[in-house]
Amino acid sequence: MKNLLLLSSLCLLAGCGASGNWGWYVINPTTTQGWNNITFLIDGFGATILLSVIAAALSMAIGLLVALPGMSDNRWIRMPSRVYIEFVRAIPLLPMLFWVFYGLPVVLQSMGISVRIDAFWGAVITLAISDSAFTAEIYRSGIQSIARGQTEAAKTIGLTYSQTMRYVVLPQAIRRILPPLANQFIYIVKMSAFASVIGMQELTRRANELVVTEYRPLEIYSLLILEYLVLVLIISYFVRRLERKMGSDESR
Amino acid sequence: MTELRGVNHAKAIEIRGLNKWYATYHALKDVDLTVAHGERIVVCGPSGSGKSTLIRCINSLEAHNTGTITVDGTQMGDAASIEAIRSEVGMVFQQFNLFPHLTILQNLTLGPMKARGLSRKDAEARAMKYLERVQIPEQADKMPGTLSGGQQQRVAIARSLCMEPKIMLFDEPTSALDPEMISEVLDVIVDLATSGMTMIVVTHEMGFARRAADRMVFMDHGAIVETGTPSEFFESPKTERCRTFLNQILKH
Repeated sequence: MKNLLLLSSLCLLAGCGASGNWGWYVINPTTTQGWNNITFLIDGFGATILLSVIAAALSMAIGLLVALPGMSDNRWIRMPSRVYIEFVRAIPLLPMLFWVFYGLPVVLQSMGISVRIDAFWGAVITLAISDSAFTAEIYRSGIQSIARGQTEAAKTIGLTYSQTMRYVVLPQAIRRILPPLANQFIYIVKMSAFASVIGMQELTRRANELVVTEYRPLEIYSLLILEYLVLVLIISYFVRRLERKMGSDESR
Repeated sequence: MTELRGVNHAKAIEIRGLNKWYATYHALKDVDLTVAHGERIVVCGPSGSGKSTLIRCINSLEAHNTGTITVDGTQMGDAASIEAIRSEVGMVFQQFNLFPHLTILQNLTLGPMKARGLSRKDAEARAMKYLERVQIPEQADKMPGTLSGGQQQRVAIARSLCMEPKIMLFDEPTSALDPEMISEVLDVIVDLATSGMTMIVVTHEMGFARRAADRMVFMDHGAIVETGTPSEFFESPKTERCRTFLNQILKH
């Protein structure tokens, strides 16, 4: 509700002003029309958040699965990871989104798999894959920052590779990985705006639709930016709390 | 003297024609070394002479290029043989390599519980037994970072002992310690030596070598240059290189 307060003060300021170029009335919460417009815009939060959270969770899982073989001593195990990262990282988000939404169903159909990819899942798949190349690199740098002596000591006490990762390396790496992963999550939240172009009813799509009917781009897009700002600030707050909590568990 | 200590003449470690290259650098040159059960060997030599590389090959922390390594009858080859060898060989590192995110007790119980399948209760009982042996049972619930270097190295020794190995490898165990902490760690190693543990110690502590070693091995430029009992070795070194080395480290 913090944003509503901010918003109403903004509206008051502008509404009192004499400038004929501004028309804050479109999002003036004191009028029925303005209030309806605001709720229409704010209703996009659910979709943006759901999309971002699922995409980020998938990206983190795929990223780990790509990063671990990417650190193998065996080049044949390492190579697919490198190829995946270089390939995915090179594709811009928007073309990939078009390809997944319009192209992937065709590919699947030719393979005899008939699935409909709606705007939501098209955006989830695209964001998750596109982002996973970056999360994979974050995992790699975090894991490689744990001294080699740690894995060697684990080997000498008989731990397997997966036990070494689970009990020794990842618990230490996670604190170093968390801040850049949080950055990636914020990046995903912002990139989710692209889902608007394939028709997903998230924050940006709703703003676009409202602009078409109200023809007040300045005011509506200002509110849109404010929505993302509030969302990202809230995420940042929780990330900082999480970081503090994880940091205090350990004395080094 | 060797006979008096009752050395069993079966072979604990047999190394034949071992060669190791790092790219074009020839790190180990045709190394042959046989260690009997219960034998205590001190390996010394100038830095870069291959001492650490040699003992790291014995538990396969480094892969060798040619030659054979047989530990307690198991010849190193596939993953299963490496696992079998590691289960009999403990190792203590120069940098301790304790797991900084776990308590001392957790450091000691991790291997027995995860690699050997001991219950928590049994693993903790075993851990306390070895912590008492290295004389720091009161530190069990502390984090490694809060201990002194000497205490950390003693914990590392106890962690290895918890796996109940037949052979212990020490890679410059006192080189990272402040001078006043060296003797507390050496005392623990001497105590182990008198208990009949087979061990190979890479160290520059010549006083320790005289006290605890059955046999000295002097390495230079990746090859074993000279071996002999401590009295032969210190009083009448056979080679010029060994004499020069001894003069340099004993003159202070």
